[in-house]
Order: sequence, then structure tokens, then C-alpha cells
Amino acid sequence: MFDSSFSQIVFGRLTLESLPIHEPILVVTFIVVAVLGTALLAAITWFRWWGYLWHEWFTSVDHKRIGVMYMVLGIVMLLRGFADAIMMRLQQALAFNGSEGYLPPHHYDQIFTAHGVIMIFFVAMPLVTGLMNFVVPLQIGARDVAFPFLNNFSFWMTTAGALLIMASLFIGEFAKTGWLAYPPLSGIEYSPDVGVDYWIWGLQIAGVGTTLSGINLIATIVKMRAPGMTMMKMPVFTWTSLCTNVLIVAAFPVLTAVLVLLTLDRYLGMNFFTSGFGGNPMMYVNLIWIWGHPEVYILILPAFGVFSEVAATFSGKRLFGYTSMVYATIVITILSYLVWLHHFFTMGSGASVNSFFGITTMIISIPTGAKLFNWLFTMYRGRIRFEEPMMWTVAFMLTFVIGGMTGVMLAVPPADFVLHNSLFLVAHFHNVIIGGVVFGMFAGISYWFPKAFGFKLDPFWGKVSFWFWVVGFYVAFMPLYLLGFMGVTRRLRQFDDPSLQIWFVIAGFGAFLIAIGIAAFLVQIFVSIRNRKALADLTGDPWDGRTLEWSTSSPPPAYNFAFTPVVRDNDAWWDMKRNGYARPLEGFRPIVMPRNTGAGVVLAGLSLVLGFALVWYIWWLAALCFVSLLIVAIGHTFNYNRTADFPAKTIADTEAERTRLLADAGVAS
Amino acid sequence: MSEFSADRSTGKPIFFLEDEHAHAEGGSTMLGFWIYLMSDCLIFAMLFATFGVLGGSYAAGPSPRDLFDLNLIALNTSMLLLSSLTNGFAMLAMAKGKVQATQFWLAVTVLFGIAFVSIEVYEFHHMIAEGATPQRSAFLSSFFTLVGTHGLHVTFGMIWMVTLMVQLGQRGLIEANRRRMTCLAMFWHFLDVIWIGVFTFVYLMGMLR
Amino acid sequence: MKLLADKRYLCRDIPPRDMPSYVVAEENCAMSLGWRNRSGGLDVRPVFSEVGTLSRFRLPFLGLPALLLIGGCDPVVLAPAGDIAMQQRDILLQSVVLMLLIIVPVMVATVIFAWRYRKARKARYEPDWDHSMHLELMIWSAPLLIIVCLGAITWAGTHLLDPFRPLDRISRHTRVTEEHKPLVVNVVALDWKWLFIYPEYGVASVNELVAPVDRPIDFRITSSAVMNSFYVPALAGMIYAMPGMQTQLHAVINKPGAYKGFSANYSGAGFSGMRFAFHGTSDGDFDKWVDAARQGSDTLDRATYLDLERPSENVPVRHFSSVDPDLFEAIVNMCVDSSKMCMNDMMAIDADGGLGIAGARNTLPVSADSRRGPGAVFGPQPSYVGSIICTTDNPSGLVASDLPRPGVPPIDAEFNRPLLQTSTAASADQSDS
Repeated sequence: MFDSSFSQIVFGRLTLESLPIHEPILVVTFIVVAVLGTALLAAITWFRWWGYLWHEWFTSVDHKRIGVMYMVLGIVMLLRGFADAIMMRLQQALAFNGSEGYLPPHHYDQIFTAHGVIMIFFVAMPLVTGLMNFVVPLQIGARDVAFPFLNNFSFWMTTAGALLIMASLFIGEFAKTGWLAYPPLSGIEYSPDVGVDYWIWGLQIAGVGTTLSGINLIATIVKMRAPGMTMMKMPVFTWTSLCTNVLIVAAFPVLTAVLVLLTLDRYLGMNFFTSGFGGNPMMYVNLIWIWGHPEVYILILPAFGVFSEVAATFSGKRLFGYTSMVYATIVITILSYLVWLHHFFTMGSGASVNSFFGITTMIISIPTGAKLFNWLFTMYRGRIRFEEPMMWTVAFMLTFVIGGMTGVMLAVPPADFVLHNSLFLVAHFHNVIIGGVVFGMFAGISYWFPKAFGFKLDPFWGKVSFWFWVVGFYVAFMPLYLLGFMGVTRRLRQFDDPSLQIWFVIAGFGAFLIAIGIAAFLVQIFVSIRNRKALADLTGDPWDGRTLEWSTSSPPPAYNFAFTPVVRDNDAWWDMKRNGYARPLEGFRPIVMPRNTGAGVVLAGLSLVLGFALVWYIWWLAALCFVSLLIVAIGHTFNYNRTADFPAKTIADTEAERTRLLADAGVAS
Repeated sequence: MSEFSADRSTGKPIFFLEDEHAHAEGGSTMLGFWIYLMSDCLIFAMLFATFGVLGGSYAAGPSPRDLFDLNLIALNTSMLLLSSLTNGFAMLAMAKGKVQATQFWLAVTVLFGIAFVSIEVYEFHHMIAEGATPQRSAFLSSFFTLVGTHGLHVTFGMIWMVTLMVQLGQRGLIEANRRRMTCLAMFWHFLDVIWIGVFTFVYLMGMLR
Repeated sequence: MKLLADKRYLCRDIPPRDMPSYVVAEENCAMSLGWRNRSGGLDVRPVFSEVGTLSRFRLPFLGLPALLLIGGCDPVVLAPAGDIAMQQRDILLQSVVLMLLIIVPVMVATVIFAWRYRKARKARYEPDWDHSMHLELMIWSAPLLIIVCLGAITWAGTHLLDPFRPLDRISRHTRVTEEHKPLVVNVVALDWKWLFIYPEYGVASVNELVAPVDRPIDFRITSSAVMNSFYVPALAGMIYAMPGMQTQLHAVINKPGAYKGFSANYSGAGFSGMRFAFHGTSDGDFDKWVDAARQGSDTLDRATYLDLERPSENVPVRHFSSVDPDLFEAIVNMCVDSSKMCMNDMMAIDADGGLGIAGARNTLPVSADSRRGPGAVFGPQPSYVGSIICTTDNPSGLVASDLPRPGVPPIDAEFNRPLLQTSTAASADQSDS
């Protein structure tokens, strides 16, 4: 038997009671996760993949591999976030006529918080960042990002944040505050448990990764474009990535700061957001949304970029209105900082302030509308091939306008007063996030998948996934719009009006359809890997592409381009193909490439343990991790040997192999 | 058409660089570090904004007039400004290629930095001992957080300086170290600029409040 | 060391308790804009009348709620029973109509283009056509025009329907006259139930709100602990209820009936059960309800309130036959426990420069039974700023640490506490030493 004070020193507030052994749902989940996890680890060990994974992936500074790892993280976390969604839908469909449903408040409140946090921070953000990481250097004709090590470190910090949030599932609990954790509810007085602390440190650690990756990509786009690629010759996806990363760098520090303030309130008893000593919870709401609204555009802008690339490629046509597309993106970027207050018109800021922010919000719909018209006129007089990416794009155009319309409805303060926090609002933001970001990510994944792996995704299972997603979305969320008009508010665990139940059942059925869509997507990946020979892309240009990434092989060599391309047109590869481009076959020179390093994994691992120690008040461990972090970080700066020559011989061999493949495919090199 | 678009002699379009000069490693470092500083600047902007909102909420406790000792702050400010000056001397020494002089001036900069942080710690200790703890009012919370965050930055800057002094000793003024010196100088001057803001908005205007 | 006597407010008259500062700011703002009508409210009718023609769009939409009703659901937001909610609904529908002007063509064009220019159909193909000045002008100006119209509606509607603004009409055809004396209801969001205080009648209720039809209601809303949102969809839009602050909502119910009210901002474990019934009644029925409430035995004084304030879930309806008249103001200022300093006093003291170094020690620990948690791990134990109470034992009113700790002060002492009208430098000096 341990002395309690001794165990408190060693384990902080972590005790055996912190493990949720009395909650059957969590126990079963844990067993499933443990079994699957053990099986996975055993398989890796059995096939001796550890060395390969460590040397070729975990420590890799190659932007393409880091991009792929981000996507994997996003898809894995999508499963967790979606499990939360299904549980919520089930609870709300059951909890009628005096029934308590099957989730107690303690559990239900964690689930909707975790769903929001995971979907935004650990699904949408990794998918978006991963896509930008993979595509942008290829599109601008660069060989890597500006800071390759930092890129690896950023990825592992994001992963560490995700792992910390996942740990809360089985050790202790997650926040029961809603995804933005408004004080005073998230203050130490009303949330004394570890949940909010998990939320704080998970976001703080992942936020470091996001900010650094934003800095990295800005520097990459500004400094490393191929010769000839002026700003107005950049592909639109690169433009939207640039704007997204500007938004990241200008928004995430705000999140960092506001999380620090909440931390100080919770750990040191300071009084920023409490009421008794002059603090002000309204300030938190303002600060978090000054980050939160740009965050929405951080997610949607890259999706807009994907749709621009896809629409032009599959219509076989130049993008309509490139210039106005670029300016629309810039206008959205700037305006996204002037609208945050529309998230809380009902706080009582006064009519003039409310209408100012309402009108700025509506103004954003002008450039967004212009973009939609641009895609529309890109299709006009095109020759549209309805492959999977294009199907997602058309579904997006039809779905997103509805989300845009409901968004503008919510931007009118008098209308917002009756719809705020209702299921109408929930339906609206799922309409734009699923209809915009998720559809965009699926379009992007199916579009660039052959570039990343050298074979296309299976079209049949792609169509199955597409239709289940699209139909499932409408079935799941149109009832929520209606429920909003019936005055049903969000985050309710239980209902007293039996007439509402049918709508929740329909919505639950929609979520079930989406589940099939997700399953079909996983099947699609599995089937495609199995049929990779038949689906192979030997040309490197499976879609008759327009931008530089399609000029190199699929998958691209580590150095991306044997010779740096020269750009004459914003559809650079299209221009090359039409004007007699001949692939260089000799005269290769050695290329300087960054070396792999494990420092990123170590630093992020230490941050993860540091976060865990801070959540559980294990001070000795926190101090140890902090000192180790400093030592490893400083130690890393003593490593001056960070690059290596990629020998000309290897390049010549690689390129010769490609020449052979192209000949096999019947394409003149 | 840009300068790259066509071969001068044949008139054929050029699609890739045959004779490519290797990009200098770290060619984007200055830009990247500058963007980092801007993001850090935003964190301070938030802390300033917080102080702006809460700076008058004394919770019926002490106000800046009861707490601040402008003479001490003036001394502290001069320590930081002098450290910026000596950091400038280190940069001049680096430009002349003098390793030891660079190290010497860095050491002097660290000493001024230590003086600055020590004075700040003394000030904090004094306030806390009088009961003006960070928990006593929203004003004090925002004050300690803003000034303390700046102090933490200075502390990390000093750790960086010591590291760099060692690295200069090991490898001299190689390109990588020169780049690090420049980044460090930007960081140090940035902290100076932030301190000017703190001195003005927190201390001077606090006394006028 | 400064003498405490410098501070004007020590043991002297506490300045008048003001409205929350942003309410004042709003009034000032309105005055500076010169938008004041006779009743003192904002008057934006001239602006609104210019866009008022848009309201005829309302007609075709009256069918929509009816359709949904047949479908077996009750879209209360689209068919409310209160004039404010009705006007909010109208603006909602106007904005939808305006946007459909552009949304429908875009959706139709998307489908048509996708169909007509699919590859198999081999329609006209112009791979290099990527610019048209006329189209560009159209695609920027069409949304712009719509937003200009919508912006005008927004600006006017937001001012007209500002929840802080007193009503100027009861329904579309009836204007507010001097005969319409508003019913003031003080609303407190508690964990997790609603308290309604009727200062005019001296009664209060929990989780039941009753108001006469066609009488303006003036809600003054606050919260005891965390943020909530006060919402009766049939009556009017919502407004947040926040601790230490007071928000306002003016509304009127036009049809008798029982409506649902609830919190529309998640506030913790008992949030789902934080519902109340809102009854719109005739004047006579309202009087009967008040009379019935007065017959009850429960009274709402500070002690009862502090007990009621404790967290509880799915609380049944409860009535109080009398209410301490100062209670609501004390709730807003977070000083129902009279050993706590009221927020407005604190703000007045802060505006005057605080209470100096000695004031730093004027804190009291939160008693163990009213404490929610252990507090911050590295912070002091949960505490609050003590009120400045002048008693015969402690004529200076300071320092809290000098006060007898346990059980001070008895709650009744608050009402007849002797306010010392003068403060001597000597006594303050002593307490400072």
C-alpha cells in the first residue's frame, strides 16, 4: 500500500479510479483498440517493418512522405471522430419519451466536445496540411520545402497532440465543455477535472506544429518557386495554400495566447476569465473566435484550390477568371479577420456592432460567389470527364451554395437571434465543412493519389463512397435544418417532445449512410492496392494534367525534378505538352538533399509526455521532460551535417528507369 | 514573356534549367525567422490587448501607482537597451570576422540580459510579497503574464546566446553560424521593441491611469 | 506608503449602482447618432421604410409554415406567436428570397453545364477560353447587388430588433402607447434551472414564466455561474445570460398559449433539463396566477436564493410568495452573500484607482460548503473580494483580515448595516500599519 502523498508525488492526480473501468462502452472500445493495436504492432514486428518505417517514413524529411503521413493521421482520426458522431446521433434518436438514452451526461458531453475538437484539429487540419505539403512543392517546381526538418517536427507535434487527445479516452476523461471550452464553464471552478487540461495541452502541442508548418510553407512558396513562376503564374492551389498559411501564421498565435491565459487561470488561479476579481469571460469568447473564424477559412481555402485544379483539369480547359480567382482568395483572407463577432451576436454587443459584423460576413459571400461562378464558367464549353474528383467537385458546387445561403442567413443578426446555437447552425457548418472541406479532401485525395503512389484509386468503390457520402449527408443534415426551425437547440442529451423523434431517426440513418461511405472509401484503398498493377499510372500524368506535378513520374523521385523546370504559363505542364517539351535524358548533376533525422520524433515524443504530465500534475515528469526538450533541441543545433549529395549516377539510373516505363506505356519520352 | 522563356540563339522555348546552381542551404531562413517573429509578435499583441481590456480591473486592490517604481523600470530598460547595443557590437565584430570579439560581446550581452531578468524577478518578488500577486486581480494577472512572457523570451534568448558562443568556439564564423547570429540579433532587437511597448503602455501609461 | 484615507469610497456612500457599462455605452451611442424617438428608444424607421417594400416577399412564404405543420412538425421559428419573433422571421424569409435570386440560377446552371459539356456529348469545346470582361463584371456585381440589399435590411433590422431597445409596437397594427406599462421580469439562469422574479408583483417562480398577452415584457437577464442563453422561440430571439452582467430583452406575446423556453447555450451536466414553460395568458389569468403565487408559503430571501443556487437538475416548478426587493441587483453584482464586494462597487472603486496596497489583502476564502472544487493547483484557495463593511467594531471597514471570520456577517446585517459617513485618516492609517 502506497502512502497517498507518495503516490501523489509520483503519479500526481492519476489514480486507479482515473481509468474508466466502470464504463462498459469505454472498456469494450479499449479492448478492441488494444487488440487491433497489438495485432498491428505484432504485424510490423513480424514483417520486420520497424526499420523501414523508422528510416523511410518516421524520420523522413521528404515533403511527399510527410504529406502522406498527415493524410494517414487525418483518416485514422476521422474514424474516431465519426464514431463519436454515430454515438451522438444514436443517443439523440433514442432519448425521447422519458428515456435517458444510453449515454449519461458525463459521457455524452465528452463525446460532442471530442467530436468537434477531433474533426477540426485532427481530421480537417491534417488532411489540409498533408495535401498542401504533398502538392505545393511539386506544383511550384521545388525539390522540398524551405525547412525540411521543421516539416517533420511539425507533423510529429500534430500527431503528439492527437495522441494526447486519444489518451483522454482511456485515461481520465475529456473536456465536457463544447469544442471551444468557453469559460466560466471551462474554468477550474466548474471543470476541476482533467478533461479541459487534456484539451488545452492537446491543442497547444498540435498548435505549435501547425504554426511552424504554416511558416514553412509560406517561406517555401515565397522563396522556392521555379524560375519564371511569378506570383500571377502560380497554380490556384498554391495560391490558396499561400493564403491558408498566411491565415495560419496570423491566427494560431492567437489560439496559443488564449490557451495560455486559460492555462494560467486553471493552473495558477489567475483571473483573466473569472468574474470575481475583474476578469471577463467575454474576452475569451472574442479571442477564441478571432482565431476560430480564420480557422474556418484555413480549412476551406485549400479545398477551393483543389476544386479549381480539378475543374480545369477535368474540363480540359483553362481555369476561367484566374485573376479574379486569385483576388477573391486574397479578399476572403483579409475579410476573414473582420467577422469573428458573428459567432456571438446574442451576447448583446449592441445593434451597430452586430450589424457591422453581420455585413462584413455577407461581404465574404461576394468573392465566394465569384469563385463559384468561375468554376461554373470553367465547365462552360469544356469537355468534362466525370471521374471521381470531378464528381466531388460538382457535388460540392451544389451542396456548398446551400451552406453558403444558410450561412448568410445566420449572418443577419435578427435571424441569428432565432437560429443561433440551434440545430440549424449545426446543419449549416456541417453543410460547409462536409460539403466544402470533406468533399474537397476526397476530390484532392482521388486526384493526387496516383501521383503519390503510382496507381489510381478504384473507380467503382470510389463511386460507391461518393454516392453514400453525398446522399448520407443530405439525409443526415436536412432534418437538422428543419429541427432548427422547430427551435431545437444543440448539445441536448434528452428531449421532451416526441414529435421530434422521427427527424432524429432520419438524421441517424443519414449518419449510417455516411458510415457506409467511409467504409467504401477504406475498401476502395484496399481494392486499389490489390489491383495496383491494373490501375498503375506509368506516365506520371494520368488525368492529362495542367500543372507541374504531372510532369514528373508517379510517384515522384525523392528529388522531384531532375532539372528545375522553367515556367512560362500558369498551366505550366499544359504549356510544355503543347509546345514540344522533350524530357531531358542526360546531363544530370548531383542534387543537394536534406538528410533524415529522428530529432522531430524525439522532440514531439517528449512534448507528448510533457503534456500528459501537466494534465495529471506529475510535476517531476513535467520538469524532466521540459529539461530534456531543451537539451535535445539545443543538441540538435550542434548537428551541422544536415544535407547530402544525391549523386548524378543515381539520378541517371532513376530517370532511365522512367524512360523505360514510359516506353512500355507507349508514350514517347 | 519572361527572360527564361526562350533560348536566345535558337528561339526554342526553354522548359528546364540545364545549368543549375545549387541553392544555398538556408536561403529561406531569414524570411522564415522573420515570419516566426511576426507570429510571436501576435502573441504579444494578444497579451497587450488583454492588458488593455483588464488593465483597469484592480478588483478593489492595488493599481499601477501603488506598485510600479519607475526608477527601477528605467534602470531595467537601460539594461535591455545596452544589451541590444552590445549585441550590435557582436554583429560588427562578426562582420569583421573576429570570432573572439564576437564571443566577448555576446557574453556582455548575456550579462546585461541577466541583469535585466534579475531586476524583473526582484520587482515581481517585491510585488508578490506585498500581496499584489498575479491572482489578486485581473489587472495583476494580465500584468504578470505580459511582462513575464517577455522575460521568458529574454531568458530563452540568453540560452541561445550561450549555445551560439560555444558553437562559434567550435566552428568559428562559418556561414551557418553567421545566419544564426543574424537570427539571434533579430530576435534580440525584436524583444527590445516589445519592451518599448511594455514600458510605454504598461508602466508609463499605467502611472497616468 | 499611501494612506488609505485617500480613497474616497472608504466607508462613505457607495456611488449609485449603474447599469452595466456596455448598456450605458449603447445608450450613448444611440444618442450621439441622434436616433431617439419620443419614447427614448432607437428610431430607425425612416431607414427601414426605404427597404420596407421588401416585406411584400413575405406573402408567398406564409404557405411554407402551413405546409410543414401538415407534415406533422411545428416549425415554431417560422410561425411564432410573439411580434418580435415574427419580425425576425420576416427578415429571415426576406434574406432567403434575396439569396435564392442568385442561388437557384447557379444550381440550375451547374446541372445544365455539367450535363451539356460532359465529354460523351461532344458539345462546343473552347479549351483556351478563360476570360470575359462582361462575365467577370456580372459575377462580381450580381452577388454585390444582393449583398447591398441584404446589408440594408440587416442594418435596419438589427437596430429595429435590438433586444435592448424598448418596443414601439405590440403587433403590426398596434403601436405602444403610454397605457402599455411594460412587465419587468428579472431572469436568472441557475445551474440548471431558471428563476423569474416579478419585481412589480413581488413574486418569483422557478422554471415557469407567465406573461399577459399584448403587454410589453422587459426581461433583465443574468446568470449565477456559467453562460446560458435565454430563449423562448415563440416569443423572441435569444440573448445570453452571463454572470456578473445584465443583458436585456424586450418582447411581447400576441397569442395565448403554452410555449417552450430553454437555455440555448450549453452549460454543463444538467443542461438538457434546463427547460421552462412560458404561458401567454389573458390579463385576468395573469392576475390569478400572481394571486396564487402570493398564497404560497415559500419566500425568496438571500438565504433561500443561496440554497436555490446550488446545482440541481430537472427542477420542478416552484413559486415564491415574496421576494427580497434588492435580490436581483445583488445577483447581478454577485454579492448575494453580503460579505462579497458588489461588482458595481468594485468597478466604482477601480475607476477611482483601487484601494492601494492594503486593499490587496481584502480577500476572504470561499466557505467549504459553497465551494465547487479545490481551486487552481498552484493558486491560492478559492476566495473573493470582501465587501467593505463598516461596523461599530470595525469603523474603518477594513481590513477584511481584521474581521471576525467565521460566519460573518449575518445576512440580515446587510440591510441595516451602519454606514459611517466619515472616515478619518487616523483610523485608516492604523488599519494600514
